[in-house]
Amino acid sequence: MRSEPVVQVQALVKRYGTKTAVDGLDLVARQGVTAVLGPNGAGKTTTVETCEGYRRPDSGTVRVLGLDPVRQSAALRPRVGVMLQSGGVYSGARADEMLRHVAGLHAHPLDVDALIERLGLGSCGRTSYRRLSGGQQQRLALAMAVVGRPELVFLDEPTAGLDPQARRATWDLVRDLRADGVSVILTTHSMDEAEQLADDVAIIDAGRVIAQGSPEELCRGGAENTLRFSGRPGLDVASLLKALPAGSSGAEVAPGSYRVAGEVDPQLLATVTSWCAQHGVMPDRISVERHTLEDVFLELTGKELRS
Amino acid sequence: MTATGAYTPKPGAAPLTRMIAAQAVLETKMLLRNGEQLLLTVVIPTLLLVLFSTVDVVDTGEGEAVDFLAPGILALAVMSTAFTGQAIATGFERRYGVLKRLAASPLPRWGLMTAKTLSVLVTEILQVALVTVVALALGWSPQGDPVSVFLLLVLGTAAFSGLGLLMAGTLKAEATLAAANLVFLLLLVGGGVVVPLDRFPDGARDVLGLLPISALSEGLRDVLQHGAGMPWGNLATLAVWAVAGLAAAGKLFRWE
Repeated sequence: MRSEPVVQVQALVKRYGTKTAVDGLDLVARQGVTAVLGPNGAGKTTTVETCEGYRRPDSGTVRVLGLDPVRQSAALRPRVGVMLQSGGVYSGARADEMLRHVAGLHAHPLDVDALIERLGLGSCGRTSYRRLSGGQQQRLALAMAVVGRPELVFLDEPTAGLDPQARRATWDLVRDLRADGVSVILTTHSMDEAEQLADDVAIIDAGRVIAQGSPEELCRGGAENTLRFSGRPGLDVASLLKALPAGSSGAEVAPGSYRVAGEVDPQLLATVTSWCAQHGVMPDRISVERHTLEDVFLELTGKELRS
Repeated sequence: MTATGAYTPKPGAAPLTRMIAAQAVLETKMLLRNGEQLLLTVVIPTLLLVLFSTVDVVDTGEGEAVDFLAPGILALAVMSTAFTGQAIATGFERRYGVLKRLAASPLPRWGLMTAKTLSVLVTEILQVALVTVVALALGWSPQGDPVSVFLLLVLGTAAFSGLGLLMAGTLKAEATLAAANLVFLLLLVGGGVVVPLDRFPDGARDVLGLLPISALSEGLRDVLQHGAGMPWGNLATLAVWAVAGLAAAGKLFRWE
């Protein structure tokens, strides 16, 4: 059950002077939560800001909720919530004052007090924005993005620099938004965040999408997984290998410590455990190591540092 | 995680007039809350009016000093709010992403600029009321036609707003802060506010007379001190500055 795309980007090119920030990027995001991952300078923010109508594409087309973000901005803006990476609030404004103001620009805003309570901004009291902590500023920006009851919200690194409690509160809110049918596009450096929240992950590098799919699909694709178990030393690994499907490998990597690599699926696990049963082996500490999104990300984008 | 319905989309923009009114109220609140802005728009003009009216610092020519000073201080009040205050505030709003964030809200950009103008006008009304009360208490006896005064104040506001926004939309916030204060100080001295223009050498006087602050202060003085008719020359000078400034700001203003 996949609906019409909420965001559709085709062959987007965006240059700043001689530097090409986005280089023929294609991206389709549907209802749900889409995480955009990529190293610094990969073109994430440029892509998102083009969708928000801040940048005009040099070429290519961008449609958000079926509308052109630049030409049909007036129709689009009330339907979309935006959380910038930083700032966006008068330095002398109080958190509740600014949130109430943004709510007042919308026809059917959320209950401001409930949102303040939920995001733990009630303690900000009469403190002006510039004196709020980074986490409080971040949560205020998030609240401002959702208060207008949008169909789609763009969150640019919503949990960067948050403490674990605040990060959890943000994740819970994103899950609730999703459950109530709000689509979310979020950029992040946190693989954990993408795995936790996203229905769909797009990995961007050097201005292009280099992989896209659900976290499970991305983790499964290509990369082989590992199964480990412990038993008495000196088991007959050759006989185990015969039982395993072609393409698997196995070894006793340390005395009593065994490792099987290959496409680790339920069938393979059953094969290993029944082999153990036949040989009277109790496989201690049996574990399956799936590739994490981080492994996939590093595999795709390389391990060297980016500028 | 279950759907609660609390966040079910129900988008829509508030009515335009309500958005602009709310924005104007917020901008005015921010301005009145800011200590430096109040110093600039309230304290300095009032202080100068009282000081120069009661202490014989500059020779203001014939008649009561306050009759010479009050029109100049009114011009200064307009400049402090429409130019200096607006330039600095807008420059920092641009720097801190406020303009960028509001550009993504349902409020259109022209609506934001309208709200800024309304906020400037509200502040000016408060300033004019304050200066008038203080000046009257000091023995001011204004002459002339209120319509001329009104036109001068409106065109002066347009001229200074254009220049202030041009500065805020093109320079860095820190540069705007420094430049706007410097210009304020220079025009305070050289724009006929407290020092009569005829104290300057002839050549300098002709040039200084073309500045928007001089056009405003001299125009207000001609009407309020000397009871002159419609000051067309000064109005024309202000109109030229207004058109040039607003056009340049409209073309060159960068939102982030």
